[in-house]
Amino acid sequence: MSDHEYTPNSKFGKWFNDRLPLLTLASHLTDYPTPKNLNYWWTFGGILTFCLITQIVTGLVLAMHYIAHADMAFDSVEHIMRDVNYGWLIRYIHANGASMFFLAVYIHIFRSLFYGSYKSPREVIWIIGIIIYLLMMAAAFLGYVLPWGQMSFWGATVITNLFSAIPLVGEGIVTWLWGGYSVDNPTLTRFFTLHYLIPFLILGLVVLHIWALHVPGNNNPIGIDIKKPSKDTVPFHPYIVIKDGFALLMFMIVFAFFVFYTPNILGHADNYIEANPLVTPAHIVPEWYLLPFYAILRSVPDKLLGVVAMLSAILILAALPWLDTSKIRSAVFRPLYRQFYWILVADVLILGYVGAMPAEGLYLLIARVATAYYFLHFLVVLPILGYKERTLPVPLSITEPVLGGSPNLALAKNKEKFEN
Amino acid sequence: MSEKKTKRRDFLFTATYAVGAVGAAAVVWPMIDQMNPDASVKALASTEVDISSMNPGKTITVLWRGKPVFIRRRTQEEIAEAKAVKLKDLKHPEKDEDRAQNPEWLVMLGVCTHLGCVPLDQKGDYNGWFCPCHGSHYDTSGRIRKGPAPTNMEIPQYKFVNTNTIKIG
Repeated sequence: MSDHEYTPNSKFGKWFNDRLPLLTLASHLTDYPTPKNLNYWWTFGGILTFCLITQIVTGLVLAMHYIAHADMAFDSVEHIMRDVNYGWLIRYIHANGASMFFLAVYIHIFRSLFYGSYKSPREVIWIIGIIIYLLMMAAAFLGYVLPWGQMSFWGATVITNLFSAIPLVGEGIVTWLWGGYSVDNPTLTRFFTLHYLIPFLILGLVVLHIWALHVPGNNNPIGIDIKKPSKDTVPFHPYIVIKDGFALLMFMIVFAFFVFYTPNILGHADNYIEANPLVTPAHIVPEWYLLPFYAILRSVPDKLLGVVAMLSAILILAALPWLDTSKIRSAVFRPLYRQFYWILVADVLILGYVGAMPAEGLYLLIARVATAYYFLHFLVVLPILGYKERTLPVPLSITEPVLGGSPNLALAKNKEKFEN
Repeated sequence: MSEKKTKRRDFLFTATYAVGAVGAAAVVWPMIDQMNPDASVKALASTEVDISSMNPGKTITVLWRGKPVFIRRRTQEEIAEAKAVKLKDLKHPEKDEDRAQNPEWLVMLGVCTHLGCVPLDQKGDYNGWFCPCHGSHYDTSGRIRKGPAPTNMEIPQYKFVNTNTIKIG
């Protein structure tokens, strides 16, 4: 893992490092050579780490006051909001933090899609990322159930019922998940336990995600392999640390805006009504970050196939490194892919919009077209594009397009001619 | 090392793994089964409902095993409508006679078979129930007619204890 030999200065440091090379690790992390052309889209990894830590710390504090029991959960959340010192602040940070976490992760994922960060040799980083994303969705869903409001209860009912679509064993699995014949106290207590567990699983996977990243090093906006360390790299500290720090501050302004000015805008008013197993709210929708997948689920008129389509929409991402057949990573040099990329972005936003609307009439039609296009993009457009697309010439180093002096003599000569 | 000794060692390895796997499974099963409904949940398995004050056209909802059960005293038109439907027009063909022991009383789980929401009474295209979550329409016999739900609403075990009381479960 280390790129160079490191020897601590102090005698104690050397003694300790020989026994546990933590200082070598720290040195690797600070000196880690990073492409010098990373733009602000690359700062979301650091922002996501901040989001995870925020959720763990605020969650830990909330767990000191929350009571995981069907008769007391709803009241204990109100107790946090009204009685606990700064309880309102901590809960609003935690609740909006989930949304901020997903906002950041979607930007992070779409950055990878644009710059081809999922391609060889970074497939394992990508797949670990998809697993983290799946765990994030699980944690968000489980956490949303804990306040035991109407949306909590019926969200839990609908999502757990997805498993009943499995032939033969489906009903048994649902009863097992519930610990009863409906969503009830046993469901709540186990959801709380799992909600507490998952962030630590994510933390472990984040370590693997970063470890796997540090083997090939960062991708970069022009998507070429670079020599490390070289004229094309800068050390992580202080260059990337300060850039990530600045981006994090900007992100925290957005975060704070939601927490202090519109803390409930991303939630649903129905969740301030205590869970009632006899009445389903008139219009149940998941949180905004799950809406595109919800739209896919509803666009299929068959129960089992709807669930299959929704899961496939997520899992298809894991196969992306092999579905995209183009050797060129960055969309900067892929004029056609760049257009399809933006169509996909629009498609996902449309799915999110129709996911929030009632599943009928024109909305249903739009959802069906958008769902079909989503799969078409991954299963047809990407594999064919790799063979058909005429890509633009890719520079051989990061400095070359700016300073010339490319190792590619032909390119350098052309450039000289052009300038004379 | 002779051929024979290698084979003996292989057998021992395989046997050890097998015993280990059985042991692990024996420990894992209680961990999985503890999540299934416990004795106290199973104990609350039946409910008696007084129906003496119900006029035709009225539905009541009672809680049984944590789930809503609809009890509807159907009007003559509703019964006629339910009986007039041809079986071949149904997604999940069931005769009305097989769903209501006494045609006047429909007793069924008020749980949409799609994803478990509670459908709304007297709504939808078939004068029966309509599920607001994902748009499933049920007829006056609680049979699925339109929308994503795969089957008719479930009929629980029930019996008329006397003319005024239904026992569910």
